[in-house]
Amino acid sequence: MSDHKTMTLTLIVWRQKNANDPGKFETYTAKDITEHHSFLEMLDCVNEDLINSGKEPIVFDHDCREGICGMCSQVINGVPHGGQERTTVCQLHMRKFKDGDTIYIEPWRAKAFPIQKDLVVDRTAYDTIIQSGGYTSCHTGGVPDANATLIPKEVLDYAMDAAECIGCGACAAACPNSSAMLFTSAKVAQLAVLPQGKPEAAARVQAMLNTMQECGFGNCSNHYECQAACPKGINVKFIAKLNREYLKALFK
Amino acid sequence: MQLFKSTVGRKILMAITGQLMVLFVVVHLLGNSSIFIGPNGINAYAEHLHSLGPLVWVFRLVMLTLLLVHGIYGAVVTLENSAANPAKYAMNTKLERGFASENMIWTGLLLLAFIIYHLLHFTARVTPGMTLQNDLQGRFDVFSMVVSSFQHGTIALIYVAAMIVLFLHLFHGIQSFFQTMGWNNDCSRPVISKVGRLVAVVFLLGYSSIPVVILARILT
Ligand code: HEM
Ligand code: FES
Repeated sequence: MSDHKTMTLTLIVWRQKNANDPGKFETYTAKDITEHHSFLEMLDCVNEDLINSGKEPIVFDHDCREGICGMCSQVINGVPHGGQERTTVCQLHMRKFKDGDTIYIEPWRAKAFPIQKDLVVDRTAYDTIIQSGGYTSCHTGGVPDANATLIPKEVLDYAMDAAECIGCGACAAACPNSSAMLFTSAKVAQLAVLPQGKPEAAARVQAMLNTMQECGFGNCSNHYECQAACPKGINVKFIAKLNREYLKALFK
Repeated sequence: MQLFKSTVGRKILMAITGQLMVLFVVVHLLGNSSIFIGPNGINAYAEHLHSLGPLVWVFRLVMLTLLLVHGIYGAVVTLENSAANPAKYAMNTKLERGFASENMIWTGLLLLAFIIYHLLHFTARVTPGMTLQNDLQGRFDVFSMVVSSFQHGTIALIYVAAMIVLFLHLFHGIQSFFQTMGWNNDCSRPVISKVGRLVAVVFLLGYSSIPVVILARILT
């Protein structure tokens, strides 16, 4: 670290003891932060100060810290993951902020993602959606040859773009309707174009949509807020694809 | 049935009914512009429509059904959406959504109010401030009715305001229809969005021009 210029920031953080606590904002000061700190490292520093002064540290989710697991989940200044294009909170760096900034940090807010503590929410609902159809039923047996089922390159690319979803929940968190359509559509679209996924396509789209509704997510109003917030650049074209798959399934 | 319960099914019903009403808005604008031809244009056009007899009522019933299905599901999805998102962010930054997309239910309800007023005004002809007479050929004089109405500033203003509301509803609505039906992809979506907004502008200017030119005494 060549330069020793540091920043002092004011953090306004959502604190909530447990699922039943009404919760409230608390103000903290983050001191001695350099531009090389990641956002989570900045919070680690604040937490060390809190622990040293005998206070409860801020609880937040994280795991890989390299932008692939989808655990980190914070709404920073009103934008899930902080608004840097295709960047998760863990990959957001403090060079995006300047000395003296005030930063709002809030948990994902959606009825289907109940807050457990501070910035940690329960994202089981996304697993429930996947369990209802986001898979292909495979037969067991020997490993098939890699070239046994040929898939055209453009189909594969399309499926891979959809498969980039890390299930972080930013789409539902960004959506004014708390709809999980971008997440659901990415899996529906990915599997609908692949030969392994096609046989179950009609049942899958209906089951996953029903589950999405049952989990308490809202309906899609085509605001496209999700695409703008997605750290993996999942495109709303997959929602259009899901809608087509739904229409096809109706006439099956 | 699946279609009426599913989250996407109901949006498809809304999209189709909404888009059919947009189609009506196109035809209605073309019909209305016959006013620029003068009394002969619009009076003959109105006379022709009314000569269709029972078909007029079939058409009205279809339009009523479209409006009811669209309006009821509009209210249902909006209520569900706010239930799904009960706690708002303290800092709420807008990325893609805008005034038009966020206020669909309000612009929709205002359109409903306007449609009721508009029917009382020019269809039932029970609101005050207009000349009701037959023209020289013995047809109902639609031209005088419209012109005498829009010479009142308030009435002209109500119509222009309603067209701004329609513009806002369709600014989001037309492109939304294509997304809901899945009739787009990532290349065509921005183009469809622009064309949809352009069509909304054409409606705004086209419809508003009638009260404006009458109020300005350009058309008398
Ligand atoms: C009773 C009056 C109306 C109400 C309450 C209403 C309400 C709504 C609402 C809430 C939406 C957005 C739904 C969502 O995405 O969450 C919507 C969409 C739409 N509305 Fe209306 N509306 C009304 C009248 C109209 C009229 C008269 C037209 C056409 C001239 C129209 C055309 C559309 C279109 C094209 C959409 C887009 C559908 C889609 O999202 O796929 N609406 N309306
Ligand atoms: S911690 Fe794994 S993506 Fe951020």
